[in-house]
Amino acid sequence: MEWLGVSIVDRKTDEVLLEIKGLYKKYDETTVLEDINLSIKKGEIVVVLGPSGCGKSTLLRCLNGLEKIQKGDIRFHNKSIVNNDVNWQEIRQRIGMVFQNYELFPHMTVIENIILGPIKVQKRKKSEVMEQARQLLDRVGLLDRQNSYPRQLSGGQKQRIAIVRALCMNPEIMLFDEVTASLDPEMVREVLDVILGLAKQGMTMVIVTHEMSFARAVADKIVFIDKGRICEISEPQEFFEKPKTGRAQQFLNIFQY
Amino acid sequence: MVTVRIAFISIIFGSLLGIVLGVIWTSKSKWIRSACRLYLELFRIIPILVWLFIMYFGVTTALNIDLSGETVSVIVFTLWGAAEMGDIVRGALESLPKHQIESGKALGFSFWDLYRYILIPQAVRRMLPGSINLATRMIKTTSLVVLIGVIDVTKVGQQIIELSRLEVPTASFWVYGFVFILYFIICYPLSRLSRVLENKWNG
Amino acid sequence: MNLNWQFIIDSLPLYLKAAWTTLKLGFWGILISSIIGFVCSIVLYFKVKVLKTVIQVYIELSRNTPLLIQLFFLYFGLTKLGVALSETACAIIGLSFLGGSYMAEAFRSGLEAVSKTQIESGLSIGLSKTQLVRYVVLPQAFSVSVPSIGANCIFLLKETSIVGAIAVVDLMNVTKDLIGIYYQTFEALFMLVVSYLIMILPLSLLLTWLERKVRYAEFGN
Repeated sequence: MEWLGVSIVDRKTDEVLLEIKGLYKKYDETTVLEDINLSIKKGEIVVVLGPSGCGKSTLLRCLNGLEKIQKGDIRFHNKSIVNNDVNWQEIRQRIGMVFQNYELFPHMTVIENIILGPIKVQKRKKSEVMEQARQLLDRVGLLDRQNSYPRQLSGGQKQRIAIVRALCMNPEIMLFDEVTASLDPEMVREVLDVILGLAKQGMTMVIVTHEMSFARAVADKIVFIDKGRICEISEPQEFFEKPKTGRAQQFLNIFQY
Repeated sequence: MVTVRIAFISIIFGSLLGIVLGVIWTSKSKWIRSACRLYLELFRIIPILVWLFIMYFGVTTALNIDLSGETVSVIVFTLWGAAEMGDIVRGALESLPKHQIESGKALGFSFWDLYRYILIPQAVRRMLPGSINLATRMIKTTSLVVLIGVIDVTKVGQQIIELSRLEVPTASFWVYGFVFILYFIICYPLSRLSRVLENKWNG
Repeated sequence: MNLNWQFIIDSLPLYLKAAWTTLKLGFWGILISSIIGFVCSIVLYFKVKVLKTVIQVYIELSRNTPLLIQLFFLYFGLTKLGVALSETACAIIGLSFLGGSYMAEAFRSGLEAVSKTQIESGLSIGLSKTQLVRYVVLPQAFSVSVPSIGANCIFLLKETSIVGAIAVVDLMNVTKDLIGIYYQTFEALFMLVVSYLIMILPLSLLLTWLERKVRYAEFGN
């Protein structure tokens, strides 16, 4: 697998981190997700594609407990995380999420945003956290902005910092919910480069995106969702060149002129 | 009930004056705007009771005229109401999106049509919650007129209390309780109305 | 209009003492109102079952009735039931009762202004509910409510002018007495206006400056 001359090492393993079985979700009377079955292995990168309103963001939000499901099971390390006494606080430290609107805390500086979780939730030592935070900031090229406030930064910078903030919690899986959708085109690339960097390091990721060429390059498998159901699951090459379903073909045509 | 009469008259005249003031306030002249602002701030910084005192004791002595507490109250409340109303009207007018006016013009609306179909309905919408809120405040504040000698239900209540002090020792509790509930019955529906309208029009 | 400056100078001590009383009452009124308001807003924010309704009733009652009547009720009414309160106590209770609901409204709107997505963002890095409120919600809520809180402080300070009705020796009563006894109407009124101007104008300017500063911190403009 290559993207612009950068080879991505095969880092898949066989250990299943996250398994979704027969997931159903309703909002009032409308069924939003139906019979979702998916398993995500450690080191795997799953890209979820689909038309607007098909439920892909909702699926992601179910995975870290921001949405409740009515039926089905989600198993993390083979332990169910959908019953009522599950400790989401603990799980969310291991399943990190980055949102479309970055949602940095406006009243804190960049560095404060990043170290809040590790220090207050994971009770780690400040010196160790600062060290990691600075390293991560350096890696995304924003170390010089550590004492800036979010309002002083561009969208692309904020999103990269949102990713760093999630990474500083040392999660096992990262969820990305249309993270480039609110960005100007010039900034999209800098954010995707960061995600690409994470891919090279073997981070397990579930990515919801509209960036087709990026999806094709980074994904291990493509999950195509339409109207709340999984339409097809394929390897990227196969999906983009010869999709199995008519719906997928229709969807891909939207992106061609 | 005298207080109600004072409130009623002041609200009506105050609103009319206020609308005129509000329109004037939208002027581009910095002088006019500052003058309007100063007028409002005078009433915002100095408590209404102090104004009542100033008018009742001060102005009457200065001009050597004899005004009843009631007349003074109406003057003060009308002036205050006009100032606040002017601010509300100005705010409503200035918040109207300019592109609405431009679209209207592009569609060929005449000046009067523009006002009638686009500007006034929307301006009224924005003004209503603030106006109702102002009316409620004015009604509550008219309770102060009893302190410059205006006879009203509070004064009457006090007299009742004096008279019945021996027979019904708890008279003052009931009388003031009654007045309390009276104000509540008048003001609460207005508050609710204002909130219902606000929710309805803000989607 | 020639003012009798000698009279003004002579009555200065009286006015200073009265102004001090007003400030003290205002201070306690604001402090207790803020505490009441804060507690009420938290209860309303977390929608605690029974307390929520109690507080909503309280807010409606205190907002739709004039302070004067509330004071009369406390001072004259309760006395007859055997509860004797000093006029200062009544004043502070009355101010706090009224102020509490205004403050509650200010705090509550601040709390609700913190967007759901901010809360989700905090949750996704594993913050507990308490940590969320403490580190994410409260700081943002506070900056949003500062203008309202400031306006309420000025409002309460102005409302102290009413407590003279229940015999508190404040600026209004001093003025009334001076006019009644010495007939120095203009001088007394002059002092009255000046006193209030000195107390409230700086606060008003401070509030405007604070509003601008807070706005900049949140939105950068």
